[in-house]
Amino acid sequence: MEFLSYLITGISLGSIYAIIALGYTMVYGIAKMLNFAHGDVIMVGGYVAFYSMTYASGSLLGDSPSAVATGLSTLVCVLLAMAVCTVLGIVIEGLAYRPLREAGSLAVLITAIGVSYFLQNAAQLLFGANPKNFTPVISGQLTLFGGQLRISYVALLTVAACIVIMVCLTLFTSRSKMGKAMRACSEDKGAAQLMGIHVNRTISMTFAIGSALAAIAGVLLCSYSPVLLPTTGSMPGIKAFTAAVFGGIGSIPGAFLGGILLGIIESMAQAYISTQLSNAILFAVLIVVLLVKPSGLLGKYVPEKV
Amino acid sequence: MKNYFKNMKTITKVDYATYLGVIAAFVIVTLLQSAGMLTRSMTGMLVPICCYICMAVSLNLTVGILGELSLGHAGFMSVGAFSGVIVSMSLQSSVPNELVRLVLALVMGAILAAVVGFVVGIPVLRLRGDYLAIVTLAFGEIIKGIINCLLVGWDENGLHIALNIDGTKTMDSLHLGENSIQIIKGAQGAAGNHRIATFTAGFVLVMITLIIVLNLVRSRTGRAVMAIRDNRIAAESVGINVTKYKLIAFVTSAALAGASGALFGLNYSSVSADQFDFNTSILVLVYVVLGGLGNIWGSIIATVVLYVLPEALREFSDYRMLAYAVVLILVMLATNNECFKAALSRVIPKRRKGAAANG
Repeated sequence: MEFLSYLITGISLGSIYAIIALGYTMVYGIAKMLNFAHGDVIMVGGYVAFYSMTYASGSLLGDSPSAVATGLSTLVCVLLAMAVCTVLGIVIEGLAYRPLREAGSLAVLITAIGVSYFLQNAAQLLFGANPKNFTPVISGQLTLFGGQLRISYVALLTVAACIVIMVCLTLFTSRSKMGKAMRACSEDKGAAQLMGIHVNRTISMTFAIGSALAAIAGVLLCSYSPVLLPTTGSMPGIKAFTAAVFGGIGSIPGAFLGGILLGIIESMAQAYISTQLSNAILFAVLIVVLLVKPSGLLGKYVPEKV
Repeated sequence: MKNYFKNMKTITKVDYATYLGVIAAFVIVTLLQSAGMLTRSMTGMLVPICCYICMAVSLNLTVGILGELSLGHAGFMSVGAFSGVIVSMSLQSSVPNELVRLVLALVMGAILAAVVGFVVGIPVLRLRGDYLAIVTLAFGEIIKGIINCLLVGWDENGLHIALNIDGTKTMDSLHLGENSIQIIKGAQGAAGNHRIATFTAGFVLVMITLIIVLNLVRSRTGRAVMAIRDNRIAAESVGINVTKYKLIAFVTSAALAGASGALFGLNYSSVSADQFDFNTSILVLVYVVLGGLGNIWGSIIATVVLYVLPEALREFSDYRMLAYAVVLILVMLATNNECFKAALSRVIPKRRKGAAANG
């Protein structure tokens, strides 16, 4: 039973990683860049949700709001966070990354790091360095087997959200016109442009989707561990990036699988081996997997052409 | 003599100018220091600047010359720092001379970091591109995690080392005898160190790093390494042993990072593993990329400027890191902008094509 509860914790943590990793992997697939600022977009999403939820419960809802009203206002707040992050993602892409489209990958990487520093320090100035106590979007827990197994509703919501996002994204990239354009761009930008695809708009769209996902991930992450800091996003960002590589970067099912596995490994390592060494174990597993399968679990093997 | 300079290759001239520039900077700073014209905060920055110069130059060997993106360079610095602190603290009674102890600590830091670099390098250098980057990142985090669990103490019987895996061990589990020294206390890191690092030692380390890296780059080995960077398959087909030369560059880079880490660790009375995290690796990478990939003197100048910049922006207090970020983005945008490049080449008419300034 103990094992099962650790497994569930792992899966719900892994679902958060998976949602973040989806953003990483889509941006990498299409723009061939490591967007290090992605983790900080998560943090921005968390702050927007925090302030709007505090405002809503403080001045809009009154003293004893009904469950429906609370739920609706939370939903609106999450949507607001998504909207802010979407705009932020498009602005970052347009201002910082688009002028470097033709530049080397390291130049883009350093710019992304610059954007990440910028967001963190701007958040520190705007919101202060003190940790904020985030109220989870839903409270309470499910009790099974006569109290032996407790699953928080947040964990269930996280897993459900992750599956829904994953299915929607897969359908979107395989069926819709914009999704097809995205796949075409990630295959060959020049050819896509010749086929009449607006490459810049497609890349902006990718950033918009990735950033909206980051906002959802931010809300879920802060519900999972309710302390919000300007640096909240950076470590989950790095781990989600690891998850994306783990599953094969550029592949949507890979990011999902990598995220879930990473969450389970982290939770198991914390429970059974060592809390302090859990990150070290996580990264050690990653190294072993990459050595055995250098393109990640579900990554495509690209033969080298001379 | 005049002919000697005239017939020298441009690249050799640049190398000599780099040495001379570093020596001149050292002399000027020493003179200013003895004249009392440096503030306390500036004096405190001298040794870290030397350490970061060595870090940047050695990372440039991996990223610029070898062409592999490494995001875990601070891991080697961490190995060097903690082995240096252990050596310096445990030899306190047997080697009273601080200078000898400092040299021993630096050598030990370099050796251990080189060993770790070798062990990591063999599997890691098989991977390519972003996968190599993520594995070096992972490696840096692993080192941080292990050192956060490390307990090291010293008494008459020698070193006592324990790994605090389940979080239950404390310094008492080492069973130290009398006259013991607690060197590394897990997540707290090492505290109460003797600060034996000096600016002169830092200058000597920078010079040694420069001599090693510049000679390596201009040698047959260096040309082989650059051939691998430019086209691995072509290099392999003319009989260059890719793994061997990659390892040479990677291990040299790790060893130099270890030495600079040892100097860095001995410059502070306390160090902890969290100081050498992913952000430190990124910081050094920023120095390297802004200085120009493969450009050694560029790394030096970028390190000095970018290390001093946040301090110089101190009057803006809260806004300084924000300004730093904006400067970073603007510099990257400007250096990759065609119009700006064209304007620059009009100002400096005969701009020599850099060795690998394609970053």
